[in-house]
Amino acid sequence: MRHTIAVIVENTPGALTRISGMFSRRSFNIDSLTVGATDHPDYSRMTICVHGDEEVLEQVIKQLSKLINVIRVSLLEPNESVERELALIKVNADKDSRSEIMQLVSVFRAKIIDVAPRSMVIEVTGDEQKVDAMVRLLRQFGIKEMARTGRVSMVRGTKVVKV
Amino acid sequence: MTKMSGAEAILACLKEEGVDVMFGLPGGVLLPLYDAIYSSDIRHILVRHEQGAAHAADGYARATGKVGVCLATSGPGATNLVTGIATAYMDSVPMVAMTGQVATSLIGRDAFQEADITGITMPVTKHSYLLRSAKEIPKAFREAFYIARSGRPGPVLIDLPRDITVEEIEFSYPEIHLPGYQPSVKVHQMQIKKAAKALVEAERPVIYAGGGIRYAEAHLELFELAVRLNAPVTTTLMGVGCFPEENPLSLGMLGMHGTKYANYAMQEADIILAVGARFDDRVTGSIATFAPKAKIIHIDIDPAEIGKNVRVDIPVVGDAKNALSEMLKHVSPRPRTAWNDKVDYWKKEFPLRYVMSEEVIKPQFVVEKICELSPDAIIVTEVGQNQMWAAQFFTHKDPRRFISSGGLGTMGYGLPAAIGAKVGRPDCEVVDIAGDGSIQMNIQELATAVLNDIPVKVAILNNGVLGMVRQWQELFFCERYSHTTLGSCPDFVKLAEAYGALGLRATKPSEVEDVIKEGLASDKPTVMDFVVHSKEMVSPMVPAGASLEEIMQLEG
Ligand SMILES: Cc1ncc(C[n+]2csc(CCOP(=O)(O)OP(=O)(O)O)c2C)c(N)n1
Repeated sequence: MRHTIAVIVENTPGALTRISGMFSRRSFNIDSLTVGATDHPDYSRMTICVHGDEEVLEQVIKQLSKLINVIRVSLLEPNESVERELALIKVNADKDSRSEIMQLVSVFRAKIIDVAPRSMVIEVTGDEQKVDAMVRLLRQFGIKEMARTGRVSMVRGTKVVKV
Repeated sequence: MTKMSGAEAILACLKEEGVDVMFGLPGGVLLPLYDAIYSSDIRHILVRHEQGAAHAADGYARATGKVGVCLATSGPGATNLVTGIATAYMDSVPMVAMTGQVATSLIGRDAFQEADITGITMPVTKHSYLLRSAKEIPKAFREAFYIARSGRPGPVLIDLPRDITVEEIEFSYPEIHLPGYQPSVKVHQMQIKKAAKALVEAERPVIYAGGGIRYAEAHLELFELAVRLNAPVTTTLMGVGCFPEENPLSLGMLGMHGTKYANYAMQEADIILAVGARFDDRVTGSIATFAPKAKIIHIDIDPAEIGKNVRVDIPVVGDAKNALSEMLKHVSPRPRTAWNDKVDYWKKEFPLRYVMSEEVIKPQFVVEKICELSPDAIIVTEVGQNQMWAAQFFTHKDPRRFISSGGLGTMGYGLPAAIGAKVGRPDCEVVDIAGDGSIQMNIQELATAVLNDIPVKVAILNNGVLGMVRQWQELFFCERYSHTTLGSCPDFVKLAEAYGALGLRATKPSEVEDVIKEGLASDKPTVMDFVVHSKEMVSPMVPAGASLEEIMQLEG
C-alpha cells in the first residue's frame, strides 16, 4: 500500500537530515519526498510518499511525530485529498515528430516550455498516473532527460493541515 | 541582563539547570570554555578518555535521576563520546553532551580536528544542536535539558564552535517554546478503565516491568498494584530493582537469561501488563510464539513503542506513575488463585542455581557474597556473563541501585558509570561487577577514581576469557573457541597498585569473603580480582530465536 503523509517541519538546519536519516535507519521505504515553503516563515511542508502495510504506516507516523523539529504529521487519505506532480521532460523532436508531440501535449493539457532544433522541453502537471502516461507516450520519441518533483498533496474542502 | 562571553553563558546555563558536576577532557577549541570552567564553582571531573566521560555522566544520571553532563573537544574528542551517547540513547538516559567544534568560519572545510558530530550522532541522540552564534546558547541549553529529562529521556548533544564561546552576549534565560515536542504524560481515562477491568478479570495476570518504572519513579505504584492484584511481577534487565526481589510475587528477570518461572509465566499468562518496557528481542524470544495466550496491555510514554514489536490489545500512552496511580483507583483486591500456586510451584521447582565448588571460585558465589555483605550497594555491571550473574544472584530491591548497559550492551561501561554513580551518591557503596575483558576497555578511569578520591569498588569475575561469547561458541559453534581466550594478563592487583588503587585477589572459595570484606572496608578505589572457573556458563538460557518456554538449564 502507498500512503501520502504531509509533514510540517521547523526550518532549521538538520531537520531534513533528521527525517531522511530516520527513514533509512528504520528501513522505511520512501517513494518520494518533497519540501517547500509554507505561508509561515518558520515552517516548511513536506509531502512524503511511503509504502508498507498498516503497521509500517503507524510506525512511520509515530517516529516522525517523535522528532523535535516535526510540528505536525497528517495522513492524507487518497479519496479525500488532491494530489499533483510536475515533470519536465526533454524529448527528441525534429521536423517530422514535432507536430505529433504537440498534439499529445495538448491532449494532456501539458505545455511546451522550450524548443530547440532537435529537442523540446515539456512541462506536465497532474496526478501520478497522468504524468506516468505522458512519460510512456513520449518514450517513443526518445526521452533525453527528465525531472519530476514528486507528489504534493492537500486535503479537499475546509479541513487544513496547519501548525 | 548581564554581558558575558559565550563560555560564561554556557556555565550560567548549567547553573540555571542545577548542574553540579560534569565529566570531560579539554582540547584546542575548548580552551575558552575551560578557561571559564577554571573559575567556576561547578565541579569538573577530568577523565582519561572521553568515552569514560559519557559513561560517567550516564552512571550519574541513572543513580540520581538528574541529567548527566559530559564535555569533549572537537574531532577525536567528540567521536570518543559516541559509544557513550549511543549507550545512553538505547537505555533512555537523560544526558547533555557538549562538544567543541571548529570555528563557524571553518566548518565544512575539513579543518584540523573537525568532525561532523551532530551528523555522526543523529541516529543516537534524542535531539542535537549545532550552534552558529553565542546568542543561541541560552535557548539551546534550556531546550536541551528539558528535552533530555522529559518524556522518554535521552541524550541531547550541543556542538559549540570555538568562536561562539568568545563572542559576547547579553545573557538572559528564555522560556521554553517547542511546538514540535509535547511529551504525553496525561493518560486516557477510557484506556485506564479498560486496562483495570482486564486485570481484575484476569485469571493468570503477569506484570512485566521495564526501565520506564525507574524513570517515572513509579515503583511504589507498581508495588501497590501487584500486591492488590496478587499479580506476579517480572522485570527486564533495565527494570531490575523496580520490584523488590525478596517479595513472593517477584519472578526476577525474564528473557534470554531470565528465570525459568518468569518465562513460563509469560507463556501461560492470559493478561500481561507491560509497563515502561519495549518487548526487546532478548525479552520476547521468538516473537511469533511469544505469550501466545495473553492479551497485552502496554503502558509507555513513547507512543512509538506501542505496537512496534508486538500486537497490543490495550494501549495506554503516558507516564507510568500517572497511569499506574490512575489504574489503582479502579482496581479492587484480587485474591490469590490457583495461578499463584502454579507460579510458586515453578519458583520452587526451577530456582536459579549453580553447582558450588570447594576448589574453584564460582562467579555466582562471588555475587551472592557481595549481596550478603553489602545488600544496599549500588551494583553497576560491565557486559557479558558478569552482567547476567550480577542481575541474577544479587537480590535487587531498589530501582536506582542496578546500573547496566542493557540496550547497547557496551563493554567498558561499568567502571566509568560506577564513578559517575559514586559522584552522584557518595553515601552509597558502589560496586562494579566486571569481567576481565570489559574492565580493560576503560581501565584507565582508575586514575580518575584515584585522583578524585572516588572510592568505587571493582569486583572482576576473572575467567580469563570473553566468557559470554565463549559460552555461545561452546553451545552453538562446536566448541571452536575462536579468539575468546584472554589469558592471564594483566595482573590486576599490580595494575590497581600502579594506579594507586588497592588491589586484592582471591583464588579459592575460602578467600572470597575476606577479600570482599577488605574491599568494602577500604576507603580507596579498590580492585578485587576473583579468579573464577573459566567454563562456567550463564544459566538458564533461551537460545536465540527460540520460544521462551524452551529455556534450558545448563549445568556447569
Ligand atoms: C564494546 C563491545 N565489544 C564487543 C562486545 C561483544 N561481547 C559481548 S559479551 C563479550 C564478552 C565479555 O567478556 P568479559 O568482559 O570478560 O565478561 P564475561 O562474559 O567473561 O563475564 C563480548 C566480547 C560488546 N558487548 N561490547
